[in-house]
Amino acid sequence: MLKISWEEKMERARKALEKLPAYGPDVDLDKFLLEQAEEEDGASSLEVLPENTKKRALHAGIITSEKGRSGTFFQKDTKVLCARPKQEGIEIMSTTAALRKYEWLKDLMWTAVQPDADKYTAVAALHRTHGYFIRALPGVKTIYPVQACLYISRKNLVQRVHNIIIAEPGSELHIITGCTTEDEFTAAMHIGISEFFVKEGAKITFTMVHSWGKEVHVRPRTGVIVEKDGTYINNYICLREVQTLQMYPSVFLVGENSRASLNSIIYGHGNSKFDVGGRAVLKAEGSRAEIISRVISDDNSEIIARGNLTAEVDNVKGHLECKGLMLSKTSRTLAVPELDAKAADVELSHEAAVGKIAEEQILYLMSRGLSKDEATSLLVRGFLNLKIEGLPEELEKETQRLMELEYETGM
Amino acid sequence: MASNILEVRNLSVQVEGRKILKNVSFEIAEGETVCLFGPNGAGKSTLLYTLIGYPGYQIVSGEIIFKGKVINDLPVNERANMGFGIAFQHPPKLIGVKLKDLLNLAKNGTSEEEIEELAKRLKMTEFLDRDVNFGFSGGEMKRAEILQLASLKPDLLLLDEPDSGVDVENVELLGKEIQKLLEGRSGLIITHIGYILNFIKADRAIVLYDGKIACQGDPFKILKDIKDKGYKACLECSKC
Repeated sequence: MLKISWEEKMERARKALEKLPAYGPDVDLDKFLLEQAEEEDGASSLEVLPENTKKRALHAGIITSEKGRSGTFFQKDTKVLCARPKQEGIEIMSTTAALRKYEWLKDLMWTAVQPDADKYTAVAALHRTHGYFIRALPGVKTIYPVQACLYISRKNLVQRVHNIIIAEPGSELHIITGCTTEDEFTAAMHIGISEFFVKEGAKITFTMVHSWGKEVHVRPRTGVIVEKDGTYINNYICLREVQTLQMYPSVFLVGENSRASLNSIIYGHGNSKFDVGGRAVLKAEGSRAEIISRVISDDNSEIIARGNLTAEVDNVKGHLECKGLMLSKTSRTLAVPELDAKAADVELSHEAAVGKIAEEQILYLMSRGLSKDEATSLLVRGFLNLKIEGLPEELEKETQRLMELEYETGM
Repeated sequence: MASNILEVRNLSVQVEGRKILKNVSFEIAEGETVCLFGPNGAGKSTLLYTLIGYPGYQIVSGEIIFKGKVINDLPVNERANMGFGIAFQHPPKLIGVKLKDLLNLAKNGTSEEEIEELAKRLKMTEFLDRDVNFGFSGGEMKRAEILQLASLKPDLLLLDEPDSGVDVENVELLGKEIQKLLEGRSGLIITHIGYILNFIKADRAIVLYDGKIACQGDPFKILKDIKDKGYKACLECSKC
């Protein structure tokens, strides 16, 4: 990769401040507060947080007692409240602190995501408000997941975080990230740049729960670089209403035999507008990728589920799967699966299906004494119950627990 | 004399505008097990689906009386809660719904330990954590159906070909479990091959032919006649 200086990166960002993104409704950034980053604290215990904050964070997967976690990062608005690892060999700090500590970070930043991709990346590059830096040193494997929370309490704030996640060679890093607002009525915007670097033989599992409110615009911008024999597993869960959410994470499988799996579970309520997708670029022989999504469109929601597999070399394999469930006549699901083969010896496939719950299944459950609503609810949960390959058992249970929690309160 | 748990009176049913059942009348006494024979297309499954109240099975005339109450207009779940239990011939696959979870939702005071014991007896223990009917063989699906009924303990069991597509060893297993379940309960069992009758005490048989009841009588005698002379024998029987 061509080395670009920090100044040049910022210059490119400046030129892109008006650049519209390829997808998703445009958000007028002038309507939001572009507040400065506050000095980080980093040492606070999450136990001192107000009860409501704790409760909201819990729904996004954040355990304030930090039990069963390898470390915690908590950022409220533009201030980092807590950044501390609980396991040796795991580094957790704000990106601001990491930039002070590591000179090489400036070279690494903005290599997996381009600063001039659109106006959101540009504003995050020029007006960053922290974000987290999580790194597993070579050979270190997290026993428990690291938890990270990006929390918005200030009305009309646009939170601009830049997250850097590095799994050094042979390491294993499990992360649960929860994003939420003070209450479901907080109007705000979240721009989250996340750059992942999975080094040789390393593994990252990243489970993200979005639990925003109905007046929040969300624009994550994610890039992942996976080296030889590395594995990246991404699980995205959003079962709550948002105003608009658009993301299109890109995974670049640059090393031989690298693996990526992108799984999304989305439940569209109210007037939520989702334009979500994922792209895996298979750039090295033996690399494999799968992109799987389960989306439910209810009320007046709109979900665009994109998927793109690009095979650039021989001997690569990819599968794309999108299943959509329609629960309302006034909602919309658009599945856009794309397979792009640029070499001959490749295996790319896709499967997309959108429809309502089969009446036969509802009747079957009713014949067991369940009411129509109970039957529908059981089938909807079943539909969302995505089996994720490669997730450690404990984390699978945890993901399941989070799903249940979100499902219960989101309905 | 035991009272009737089910009475079907002059029942005519149409499906997608086609008349399938024509003036069918029969009853099942409490504690009685009745076999339902008939060639393909005779209307056997239609009768079962109508009894449990599947939409699309339109009652043109007649009545279904269950436990003394006309249930023609009751929805499926209410019939189930009244004591109907059905084992389907081709149950649907429920992706993401674990068999264990379904059993825990659809039960009739059956304890978890009891469910585990029933699963063990039906060789279904390892299927409890699997999605309902997903990747199950024909025989496994039948066992899963009977397991659900064993947990639900309905008063009237409607079994749609519980022995079709099941190997000899498993028919015996299923048959014995069904018989246990039928003790003190009533049943209506569709069977083609009748092999399951070796393990079930059937009191009576009804033959359905072209949407009508062609004959009634001793199940073994009727089965023998059908095997020897085909269903035509039943037609002749109804004439006499």
